Amino acid sequence: MESMAIADRLQAQFPEEILKKDEFQGQVGICIRPGRVVDILRWLRDTDDLRMNHLRSLCGVDNARRKDPSLTRFEVVYNLYSIFHRHEIRVRAALTEDAPCIDSVVCLWTGANWLERETYDLMGIQFNGHPDLRRILLPEDWEGHPLRKEYPLKGRGEWVGMTDLLTQIKELDKYAFDPKKTDSRQRGPRLSNEEGGL
Amino acid sequence: MTATTRKTIECPVAGGDDNERYSLRMGPQHPATHGVLRVDLELDGETIIECTPQVGYLHRGFEKLAENRTYAQALILTDRLDYIAAMSNNVGYCVAVEKLLGISVPMRAQYIRTIVGEMSRLCSHLLWLATHALDIGAMTVFLYCFREREILIDLFEELCGARLTFSYPRIGGVRQDVTARFINELERFLHLFPSKIEEYETLIDTNRIWLKRTVGVGVVSGEEALALGLTGACLRGSGVDYDLRKHQPYDAYDQVEFEVPLGSDGDIYARYRCRMEEMHQSVRIIQQCIDQLPPGPIVGEDAPDLVMPNRAPARVEVGSSRYGTGLIRLIKEREVYLSGDTYVATEVPKGELGFYFISDGSNKPYRMHIRSPSFIHIGSLATIARGELIADLIANIGSLDVVLGESDR
Repeated sequence: MESMAIADRLQAQFPEEILKKDEFQGQVGICIRPGRVVDILRWLRDTDDLRMNHLRSLCGVDNARRKDPSLTRFEVVYNLYSIFHRHEIRVRAALTEDAPCIDSVVCLWTGANWLERETYDLMGIQFNGHPDLRRILLPEDWEGHPLRKEYPLKGRGEWVGMTDLLTQIKELDKYAFDPKKTDSRQRGPRLSNEEGGL
Repeated sequence: MTATTRKTIECPVAGGDDNERYSLRMGPQHPATHGVLRVDLELDGETIIECTPQVGYLHRGFEKLAENRTYAQALILTDRLDYIAAMSNNVGYCVAVEKLLGISVPMRAQYIRTIVGEMSRLCSHLLWLATHALDIGAMTVFLYCFREREILIDLFEELCGARLTFSYPRIGGVRQDVTARFINELERFLHLFPSKIEEYETLIDTNRIWLKRTVGVGVVSGEEALALGLTGACLRGSGVDYDLRKHQPYDAYDQVEFEVPLGSDGDIYARYRCRMEEMHQSVRIIQQCIDQLPPGPIVGEDAPDLVMPNRAPARVEVGSSRYGTGLIRLIKEREVYLSGDTYVATEVPKGELGFYFISDGSNKPYRMHIRSPSFIHIGSLATIARGELIADLIANIGSLDVVLGESDR
């Protein structure tokens, strides 16, 4: 089925939820309200002649620097593909800046678990009903969400965990091997540099 | 003769009590995890009760970096994704950018990219077979595979001067044309290689130990694999016919004949057979591409600024109407950087590598999301390995064929 036809059927099914449709380079994207995202994706997955059973990718987008005024601050993008019918569609859920949260789709695709964790980690979007929403690529005590546009590319100082790590290393240094302090009778003869060793 | 001394070592022994659990942290420096993957295990005896993979040790922030680089500059980041098959990543990135910006690629460049993409698939599968067999205990296969992989890497060196990170495919074409010597050497390799695959198969295909370690282990059903998001040989081993080279052909894949091998059992052995058969198909594809290789340019007309300039740009006189570099001419003639978003995926050796681009009309991607197969495959490890033995976890990691550079990005 043509992607635009799928978009039209989706609009007929959920007229309240669809904000707009757009086509670019032959690919169709549908912008939706986030409220019933699970219902919409389940309908796309389970309807017989659509069967969008492959969740190709799930990612977050920060629209802070885009010129289009109709865009909300955040978006969560789902790329769906039907392996049986070989058609694809993109669903973009628009999220506001003050409450970037959306329902989790782990109940539909278990593989979405890590993708949602990654989106939470790098973009700071909350997923309601996610079984295990933790940071995944960054350390758990990391501050901020790097893929947001206000996050600088560099120059934010050290990671807070780094100071802890350095003090730990310094403490461990007292157990380090020091040839001067070692008892030579136990370790055997050891030549220093002046005596021509090594 | 001295009397033998006997030492007693006290060590915790699991078992007996049903509630006794044992926590084990495998990695990140464990050789069998193929990089810096850490797996936290909860064990009962040798049975895995809970398995939690931890990634992120190799996170370099490619998606953030790419937002601050031009499309041509971001190409080199893709080399560092799956460093075992860097050429495939380059091709995937270029195909995605070409779709986004509407750039056409000449036929010759498409064929060359198909050839190097399949060579890269052979490289990756050879390294997978070598390490996977080594993990399971078939040590001999390792050196056999590296023998042939070396020939391929030498060929890449002949082609573009690099052995690991190539950046040879460019947006709109390829960097350089192939030489006659390269084609000759490649044909010699193709003639020789099928017999070598049979050599590996005689070593392990019906080996009793290999069968015991792989048949019926790590079983994933087709529906389960789809829900987990598995792609590539891991999905095809479960019997789902999904290969992007057939479903959404790019480059020259719609011009050549090949088959997509499918398994049915979904176990480690089925995935192993799929990849072995894929190597035969890759040889077929490369041979057809060499036979059909058309003459012509290797770089598209409308993408001159995105490839390396072959001659020095002419000086632009002040006030003259001549434009020196291709970049200025191009922007005058048409709006090259369109605004919009596309998701384009290609079939790399590990599975489906997708690039989701948002362009806002500037020369840098506004957002680049990489759908990396390894990340999703490691995410599925917890489901696959639960309830199996700890030794089978090693076999499962090998069989999923993950690369941590691609997973952590």
